[in-house]
Amino acid sequence: MSRALRFWVLGVGVACFGTILVLAFLAMPHFGTSHHPYRDLAVPASVAHGSANVISSVNFDQRGIDTLGEETILFGSVIAVAALLRPAENEEKKEDPGRRVPFQATRMFGYVLMPVTLIIGIDLVVHGQVTPGGGFQGGVVLATGLHLLYVAGQYRSMEKLRPMPLVEVSEAAGTAAFAALGFAGIGVTGAFLANILPFGSFGQLLSAGTVPLFNVGVGLAVASGCVVLLAKFFEQVFLVEKAGGDT
Amino acid sequence: MTVLIAIALTLVLAGGVAVVFSDDPQRQAVTLSVYGLLMTVLFFLLAAPDVALSQLGVGMVLVPLMVMLTIRKIRGHR
Repeated sequence: MSRALRFWVLGVGVACFGTILVLAFLAMPHFGTSHHPYRDLAVPASVAHGSANVISSVNFDQRGIDTLGEETILFGSVIAVAALLRPAENEEKKEDPGRRVPFQATRMFGYVLMPVTLIIGIDLVVHGQVTPGGGFQGGVVLATGLHLLYVAGQYRSMEKLRPMPLVEVSEAAGTAAFAALGFAGIGVTGAFLANILPFGSFGQLLSAGTVPLFNVGVGLAVASGCVVLLAKFFEQVFLVEKAGGDT
Repeated sequence: MTVLIAIALTLVLAGGVAVVFSDDPQRQAVTLSVYGLLMTVLFFLLAAPDVALSQLGVGMVLVPLMVMLTIRKIRGHR
């Protein structure tokens, strides 16, 4: 296809897409008004089940099946990355990844913030039903916190802190826990992902029924998933071709 | 509040442009990380702290780090 023709195809595509987008935006409710039909349904449903954080309630109680889908997507993506980034036959691990010592201030930053970040991550996971946060956010923060050790120049210590077989199992266990909670819902009420535990008192740590359990499962799965993902990328950086390799 | 949202939106726009026009992919990873932070501020101002938290971890740290590691791998091959 010639360059001019490609530009024409692009132009037509952009024009059509742009027109549809503008039309869609014009038909949307105005920004910042008090007309929120979804909120009017979601907030009372969340309060009725004792979740102070409506987002968590929507994610794990009202629309649990959507979140199960998201979990599965993450799980599948991590597996795909692990499969694609596996070491090739002619590659081997470098003995010493060429450690460069970072600035003292950077190392200090990593050492001080790692435990703080890990605690914040755990806090976000367990308080998901009460305050903003939850399994996904907390899990990502946990994975990020662990990698602050890499920022501090301690790649080897970080490797020791995340034994890969354990992390891989915990990722699968977190995702499986989500599905198991869903089937427990079928067993008790006949509905998949139904909230089967007592709702507790609004705003307390133990409230919102199964929502905290979902948060812990998702937190485990997301934290481990992100760690596996990054571990595969790190592994690639430290791989070198074997001496005498063809390609 | 509207003023703050307008400022944040403008910053996100500027950040997006900066990411697109960063020529060196390694620098692009850094501008992408800053863009992630700007998005976090925007989500926070739009009263979506849950999304802001996700964006902070994914947009500011995970994705730029993956980009950085990929670039390091590619450079190592040359």
